[in-house]
Amino acid sequence: MFANAQQLREAGVLGLNERNSEFIMRLNPRRLYPRVDDKVLTKELALDAGMAVPELYGVISNQGEAGDFGVIVADHDSFVIKPAQGSGGDGILVVTGRSQRKRNAFRLSNGVLISEAEIAHHISNIVGGQYSLSGNRDKALIEYCVRFDPVFAEVSYQGVPDIRVIVYRGYPAMAMVRLPTRASDGKANLHQGAVGAGVDMSSGETLTGVLDNDVVDEHPDTGALVAGLLIPQWDFILQSAARSNEVTDLGYLGVDMVIDRDLGPLILEMNARPGLNIQIANCTGLATRIARIDEIYSPDADPVERAYIARREFPAERQTSIHF
Amino acid sequence: MKQQYVYGLAAFLAIVGLSIFGYKWQVLGFPLSKNQETSVWTVESSIRFDSGPGSIKVNLLIPTLTPGFRMLNENSVSRGYGFSLNYGSGGREAQWAIRRADGPQRIYYRISIFEDTGTDQSDTTPPFPPPPVINEPFQTAVEVIVADVKEQSADTASFTAELLRQMNDPSPDPNVELLLSNATTRAEFVDSLTTILASARIPARAVHGIELQARQRNAEPVAWLEVHDGDRWRYFNPMTGEENLPDRFLIWWRGNEPLISVEGGSNVQVGFAVQENHLDAVAIAETQAAQHGASAADFSLYSLPIQTQAVYSVLLMIPIGALIMVVLRNMVGIDAFGTFMPVLIALAFRETKLFWGVVLFSTLVALGLSIRFLLERLRLLLVPRLSAVLIVVVILMLLISLMSHRLGMETGLSVALFPMVIIAMTIERMSVVWEERGALDAMRAGLGSLIVAVAAYVFMVMPWLEHLIFTFPELLLVVLSLVVLAGRYTGYRLLELSRFKALAER
Repeated sequence: MFANAQQLREAGVLGLNERNSEFIMRLNPRRLYPRVDDKVLTKELALDAGMAVPELYGVISNQGEAGDFGVIVADHDSFVIKPAQGSGGDGILVVTGRSQRKRNAFRLSNGVLISEAEIAHHISNIVGGQYSLSGNRDKALIEYCVRFDPVFAEVSYQGVPDIRVIVYRGYPAMAMVRLPTRASDGKANLHQGAVGAGVDMSSGETLTGVLDNDVVDEHPDTGALVAGLLIPQWDFILQSAARSNEVTDLGYLGVDMVIDRDLGPLILEMNARPGLNIQIANCTGLATRIARIDEIYSPDADPVERAYIARREFPAERQTSIHF
Repeated sequence: MKQQYVYGLAAFLAIVGLSIFGYKWQVLGFPLSKNQETSVWTVESSIRFDSGPGSIKVNLLIPTLTPGFRMLNENSVSRGYGFSLNYGSGGREAQWAIRRADGPQRIYYRISIFEDTGTDQSDTTPPFPPPPVINEPFQTAVEVIVADVKEQSADTASFTAELLRQMNDPSPDPNVELLLSNATTRAEFVDSLTTILASARIPARAVHGIELQARQRNAEPVAWLEVHDGDRWRYFNPMTGEENLPDRFLIWWRGNEPLISVEGGSNVQVGFAVQENHLDAVAIAETQAAQHGASAADFSLYSLPIQTQAVYSVLLMIPIGALIMVVLRNMVGIDAFGTFMPVLIALAFRETKLFWGVVLFSTLVALGLSIRFLLERLRLLLVPRLSAVLIVVVILMLLISLMSHRLGMETGLSVALFPMVIIAMTIERMSVVWEERGALDAMRAGLGSLIVAVAAYVFMVMPWLEHLIFTFPELLLVVLSLVVLAGRYTGYRLLELSRFKALAER
């Protein structure tokens, strides 16, 4: 039932208390939080730095404008609505198409039809602050819905799989692929039931997955093997992640990226308090890698160099899988 | 660097808190546990005499040094007499004086004392007494006895013991018989013992005291023998030679002076009455502190009006609840809604008692949740919806109270004590989590909140803890230092040991 703390320490596992007090409070000053907590601002900063992000269709910041979203999406059949200050994937609505019969009914990623009025209510909930971290008024973003790369098609159930990279002082430290399941309702958040698969930093190849803190080899819905998938443009992904450090100035950061079929890797959002399940997905403790980065840290290294160092320093210890 | 500041601050807070606590406990005598009652004896000496023609002056010896007891207060009751306290050769004296009085007179002197083993006698070492001048044939008898006893003893204590044995021998030696021939009372017997001891150059004196029992109308002062062995005073029972004082022996006066002298009066009678009372130890400590001029007592919560005291006895437990919550959330890792919601719920449990508290709370949240889901369909905006939930919660509380009253279950009435805003927020948060992350997560966090609330409740109602914090509010500094320390706890949470189990097994 319980591991002993000594074993965990030897395995280099980072705990919540240590993450909060040693890394988040020390390396992520409060005043910089809006850069990642407000997705509109994140998008602007990333665009200024020349990074690829999903195109923003529009922002709704008043209750009165909630009905206007129809105008914003008039030219788009698929789009995503999300709260600018949401956390943990809460409040995100993925619209994949319009109903054939009724122009004003939309189809969600899980196939359910939803009326324009229901979407407007959802938007007004977002604006009212239901999903915002602080409970304050918020803005609703309407943006491009990523058409994800077929590489993960076999291991995703609806929704968009994404890649989470933990960046410590500008160096990518660990990564995982988050695969939506039926239980997660198409969302790529582990605590909602998505599968996380560790990634070999040197090759960009997926390792075994984790579901609800347990190690799994197969996707629970599709049955396909989670391990052994090669993530395309891995170099570019690591470089973008490394560059997010310069964009946000945050020293401990989770960068979420998606791979679009046509546009390649796009930065979806960043997170100043990334979760710790990534350690289970990789079967590796973060503390060990963080200590190594502290050793080799150089303030002059540019993102390309740092991405290269991450590939060199953190190859996965090859899994000796439980199933032979 | 920062870590050291934290430890330093925590240590500072703990030391300040604990030293004030220690001072109040050890020096001022505030009790550690509740309802600790101390026996307080009130000893009253009543003086009766017939007034003479002229002015009257009454001198009464009163307790000075009382090993094993501490004085709470003393007073005198007399009609028209001037009263003063003086130090005489035999210790303290109470003096009453009046120019003229008619008929039988009564004067009372009352002293209240309580047991305190810490009270030692801080007496001076007496000089060796000069050899007493005794008439013959007693002089020779004394010399023979002293020589004889000296032969059979090693030191002061054994000398005294041997002397007492010889003096109390049922078939006494003729010298002893001679000496005892004019000692008829116990006091006179002790008096002659001190004379013999003085001849052997041993400082000795008589002590007269009262053995305290629960209630005595006519207590008699009993004489005891006190001998100084060069280091400390030792007490001997003059009749048995045993070296001890009876339990609860209040020494009233020392020496062979008479207890009372009345100038201008006749037919003097002195009586003693003893009454045992039980007083709250806190009250005694307060009186003591006030007498010592200790400012700690001025800031005591017991000096507040009773109603305010009642409020604070509850409020002061909130930090304890917060500490429990810090431990459960940051060290164990239990999920709960809202930062302080569990503590406030625990506070409500104090009134409703645990079982009914949990039942009422669960009912309220369950009902509120189902109505919240109905409201969801109306697509209300956030703030109006929250307000609607709040109103529903109030109505539900009212209904539960009315229903349980009809059913004759008065415990249901206490539902009104739940913090309704907190419950409304909990319902809202829970419904959002329910929709976003599923029923399982919502139930888990809801259950977590309940567990934390129950744990906080268990600590917040411990009577001894409540008493401790209320009597020694400075202990809150210690609680604060613990919370500060917990704030820098970077180790694993207990539940993380299970969460990351897979990594440890590799």
